[in-house]
Amino acid sequence: MSYSDKVLDHYENPRNVGALEANDASVGTGMVGAPACGDVMKLQIKVNDAGIIEEARFKTYGCGSAIASSSLVTEWVKGKTLDQALAIKNTAIAEELALPPVKIHCSILAEDAIKAAVADYRNKHEVVSAGYAACDPAAA
Amino acid sequence: MPTLPIYLDYSATTPIDPRVAEIMIPYLTEKFGNPASRSHAFGWDADQAVERAREEVAGLVNCDPKEIVWTSGATESDNLAIKGAAQFYKGKGKHLITVRTEHKAVLDPMRELERQGFEVTYLDPEPNGLLDLDKFRAAIRADTILASVMHVNNEIGVIQDIETIGEICRGKGVLFHVDAAQSTGKAPIDLARLKVDLMSFSAHKTYGPKGIGALYVRRKPRIRLEAQMHGGGHERGMRSGTLATHQIVGMGAAFRIAAEEMATENERIRCLRDKLWAGVSTLDEVHLNGDMQQRVPHNLNASFNFVEGESLMMAIKDLAVSSGSACTSASLEPSYVLKALGRNDELAHSSIRFSIGRFTTEQDIDFAVQLLHKHVGKLRDLSPLWDMHRAGIDLNSVQWAAH
Repeated sequence: MSYSDKVLDHYENPRNVGALEANDASVGTGMVGAPACGDVMKLQIKVNDAGIIEEARFKTYGCGSAIASSSLVTEWVKGKTLDQALAIKNTAIAEELALPPVKIHCSILAEDAIKAAVADYRNKHEVVSAGYAACDPAAA
Repeated sequence: MPTLPIYLDYSATTPIDPRVAEIMIPYLTEKFGNPASRSHAFGWDADQAVERAREEVAGLVNCDPKEIVWTSGATESDNLAIKGAAQFYKGKGKHLITVRTEHKAVLDPMRELERQGFEVTYLDPEPNGLLDLDKFRAAIRADTILASVMHVNNEIGVIQDIETIGEICRGKGVLFHVDAAQSTGKAPIDLARLKVDLMSFSAHKTYGPKGIGALYVRRKPRIRLEAQMHGGGHERGMRSGTLATHQIVGMGAAFRIAAEEMATENERIRCLRDKLWAGVSTLDEVHLNGDMQQRVPHNLNASFNFVEGESLMMAIKDLAVSSGSACTSASLEPSYVLKALGRNDELAHSSIRFSIGRFTTEQDIDFAVQLLHKHVGKLRDLSPLWDMHRAGIDLNSVQWAAH
């Protein structure tokens, strides 16, 4: 299989590899895929008080296209609000990386990873903010 | 520094040995006659060359040249043997036996026979890739007409005990076909001694040209086949079509060289393979696939756990190798051969097949080992599974969201 230059670039120089503190309230973690299917993506986002994603990290087990798709989304989600990040569609990822039809599932997985990371953050945040709200003097 | 990329995929195909290519060339130009032309010297010369090649092929496997039928390759030989014998002997029974780790050129004709009303038993190999002979014996029924077991597996290189399987088949009156595409020049074959009725050969796995193969069809006791290609009645009616003289001459020369050189060549290649394994097995979590003893000398198949095979192949793109990873095929299923051994999906996805050959050097192997050490480590740094493994998490205990 031949790869586009963009896939090769992300594969050889992956952006934002690593991990953020999963227990931090400002961090959302999404892990999608399964080893049996040949790809697992872990995407983490760090959201600031303004609701903007200021950092993103990934680790991926998978083919070159899976690694490139996750590397690309760490770049794309940075600076976006959660809703803007959720608006990133797999078709845009596939188009940017010129993925062949058999690799479209890699872009779908990357989109799923964004959704999972945002959902995890929102889960935490709702619980935490509910807690704050209960003892927020301004709300009383 | 070796010339890059380094070819370590000799089980996929081999280059034509330059000595073979040289012998072939005149048959493309001045010696172009049709071997079936009985009326002039052009035909006689071509026919003589074809018959000499038939002797050379027979010489490598110790059979009568009259038992060799030219085909377009091992796939056609497998089809002719399996469908041809099943259709000819269907009056005796409609049951066939094969193994799940066979090449698709055996499994797909079996599937076709099932559509035609035959019944096929697919045996699972043991975890080392070898067939349990008691299980094989137990699978034979009164209506079994043919068993097909490959000599050497294309992915993991294990050598099946075709000598004993042949004895079992002969004792039960079952025809025995062997796909030997991967074994010529790698493992000795003596058809005078083996109780094999049909054997498929390919030229391009043994330093001959692509597009030519042969089927051995035993004469004593005589095996009959229903032709799959009808036409001018070439090859005693078993396979019609003008003989490709230059290809045939090439296959003959390649098999003659294999017969002359295999003993010394295989020792050299075994040393290189053992050096490769010694080099990569020092990495953590590397698993050998297939039995190491009952194995051809040029094959090494290993799984690099927690690294996906296709991304590893991208990383080691200076090595031309193949992978059992789903991502290298259109099917998105990992190697059915490794799965049949009971390897889990992760290990099947993480496998790389290295196959060494005539033109591999020690420098090539040293380079390969060095490259693997560098890139397996790099990809594991990228792998969430490796992190989890290091944190002591059992991946089987994780609830994965399968997609």
